[in-house]
Amino acid sequence: MYKIIEKRTLAPGVHFMRVDAPLVARSAMPGQFIILRVLEEGERIPLTIADYDRTEGWVTIIFQEVGHTTGLLAELGIGDHILDFAGPLGRASELDRYSRVLCIGGGVGTAPLYPQIKHMHEAGTEVDVILGARSRDYILLADEIRRCCSRLYIATDDGSLGHKGFVTDLLKELVSGGERYDHVIAIGPLVMMKAVSALTREFMIPTTVSMNPIMVDGTGMCGGCRVTVGGKTRYACVDGPDFDGHLVDFDEAMRRQQMYRQEEKESHICRLPGMGGQVR
Amino acid sequence: MSVTYAKTPMRVQDPAVRRNNFDEVALGYTLDEAMAEAGRCLQCKKPMCVAGCPVNVQIPAFIKALTKGEFESAYNIINETNNLPSICGRVCPQEEQCEKQCILSKKGEGIAIGRLERFVGDGFLDNEEPANRALPSNGQKVAVVGSGPAGLTAAADLAKFGYEVTVFEAFHEPGGVLIYGIPEFRLPKALVKKEISKLKALGVRFLTNVIIGKTLTVDDLLEDGYSAVFIGSGAGLPRFLDIPGENLNGVYSANEYLTRINLMKAYDFPHSHTPVKHGRKVAVIGGGNVAMDAARCALRLGAEEVHIIYRRSMEEMPARAEEVKHAREEGIIFDILTNPIEILGQDGWVKGLRCVKMELGEPDESGRRKPVEIKGSEFDTDFDMVIIAIGTSPNPLITASTPDLKTTRFGGIMVDEATGATSKEGVYAGGDAVTGAATVIQAMGAGKRAALAIHRKLSEKACINFAVNLNAAK
Repeated sequence: MYKIIEKRTLAPGVHFMRVDAPLVARSAMPGQFIILRVLEEGERIPLTIADYDRTEGWVTIIFQEVGHTTGLLAELGIGDHILDFAGPLGRASELDRYSRVLCIGGGVGTAPLYPQIKHMHEAGTEVDVILGARSRDYILLADEIRRCCSRLYIATDDGSLGHKGFVTDLLKELVSGGERYDHVIAIGPLVMMKAVSALTREFMIPTTVSMNPIMVDGTGMCGGCRVTVGGKTRYACVDGPDFDGHLVDFDEAMRRQQMYRQEEKESHICRLPGMGGQVR
Repeated sequence: MSVTYAKTPMRVQDPAVRRNNFDEVALGYTLDEAMAEAGRCLQCKKPMCVAGCPVNVQIPAFIKALTKGEFESAYNIINETNNLPSICGRVCPQEEQCEKQCILSKKGEGIAIGRLERFVGDGFLDNEEPANRALPSNGQKVAVVGSGPAGLTAAADLAKFGYEVTVFEAFHEPGGVLIYGIPEFRLPKALVKKEISKLKALGVRFLTNVIIGKTLTVDDLLEDGYSAVFIGSGAGLPRFLDIPGENLNGVYSANEYLTRINLMKAYDFPHSHTPVKHGRKVAVIGGGNVAMDAARCALRLGAEEVHIIYRRSMEEMPARAEEVKHAREEGIIFDILTNPIEILGQDGWVKGLRCVKMELGEPDESGRRKPVEIKGSEFDTDFDMVIIAIGTSPNPLITASTPDLKTTRFGGIMVDEATGATSKEGVYAGGDAVTGAATVIQAMGAGKRAALAIHRKLSEKACINFAVNLNAAK
């Protein structure tokens, strides 16, 4: 059992949790993830590590309520326990070889990006950041990130904060305007990572994306998380989650993400009040 | 005494009924049936069956105790060498091991040793008190990585020798393949849990959600005061065929399909929150026990038609004869000498399989006749789900994080077969992590050998230390 020692709601349906997990914190690195389970009958879901402290023994996660499990997780509060919390999983991000990096975070994708920005900033890398979301409420961790980057740009779909439009508009503007980056790291929805990668391919800037496919064990055993990268099948849990954005087959990844859409709908109906299921 | 050459049959659930439920297929012997079967044993002076058992269960001795009605004594005899009789009695390939060696099998059917082992084991499942009490703690800690058959066996033996044993399990529940892989209808999970609670009673500590190679490394364990580490982390990454269409929606590895169903209980969705696709027409590729398990699960989840697609013939099929028989009875269709070359898709989902017919040529390095493609024999069949059950390749998590652990050409951990000792001091390994996919009992045998080797090594060390201290005191 893993105790929740802090919980905050960052945006409507988006929550931050600090979890007591000393063994996970002991070896966690930026870019890695955990797998958790809320209830005995619960599903195992992967969530990226947003921050960690080895000496205090905690790990933070930031998640959006998108399905049944994230909904159940959101119901837990400070002092409650998460049943299972296993990790750190996946390979740590390779961050130590760049001199000037542009990080692009979309929605909750900002959460896993934050420890990477922090790590690079502390190592002396110059980091510029673009954050994007549908509206200002969904721009996460802007204050924290501002403290550890050179310049922060913001884009919202509705223009309620920063540029009205997409992160790719800002990316294009920066690079066309003469800014030079030796690497781009993009984490966010698959459509965003796909669009960013298409653009950086044109600009010939190497780009890393972080994949978060459906998985069960997270240790390489099930193969459910397979991603096609450069024509080869890779396992996001042991080979990733970071991959070369110019080589990832995003269309396939988007399709695979939809595998249980029908079941999600069915389970939602079953759990509606009056349907004999659990009330959400 | 007259000799009976036929096994006492074991009752099974009616195929027409069982194909719709996950309850155990084989129902076990009644007392009368067990006594009748035990009575067939000739009590050979030089029992070949014992040599045929990877952990050398004293088979004639336990059967003799059984015939006398001394059940506890029978149990204790088995338990001396085999900590998991209820499990082995169900999943061991006895027909290839002990029963094959039985003298009766020369003229008829060998003794149903597995069924008798199951009968004896099941009678003591609820005994929380371990039959063979552990020695008092010797204060030394040993780490066991993985809680499948190899790990559980090593842990039990080491605990009995007096070590403080901690088992590290990556999943949220201990049991390894016994929990995530083998389906309920072949090995009820309640039974596995009982066997594990017996180990807990022996003083074995289980730490779940700890991934060795990630959460902690093998070196961390050695630094944390464990005198030895046994790695029984099991088989690894599922292998795929490397044919077009494998990443279509509706294609599973058998590992994933079975884990969703067995460990995550997806058959009980949405009460259990993990979903699994329910195929209508399912193709399972492969001919091993895992393929049979996956096919029979698909049937139980309501598939109208389930095909086993296997590139050799029935004769070469690696699955146990009994599993093939049970699968057949339940209506699984066997497409033998058939090799898939492409998974066909529509809108991103599986819609069929393109296969070629094969014929058997010369024997290959495995001694089995090599299947050769018949030119121009391609044909398409409609399927909406494909499950790939062609084995696994070693998991890199532990070897990648332990650079001084040598591996074989295939990526398995290299060991000394007699002891399980690896290239790294104090580190032992056994089971599928070493051999690649094999059987439960082979993994148990490896766990046993390694436990004994660890005990020898650590006792030797303790003796030397004692002598050194004694000399120093002089």
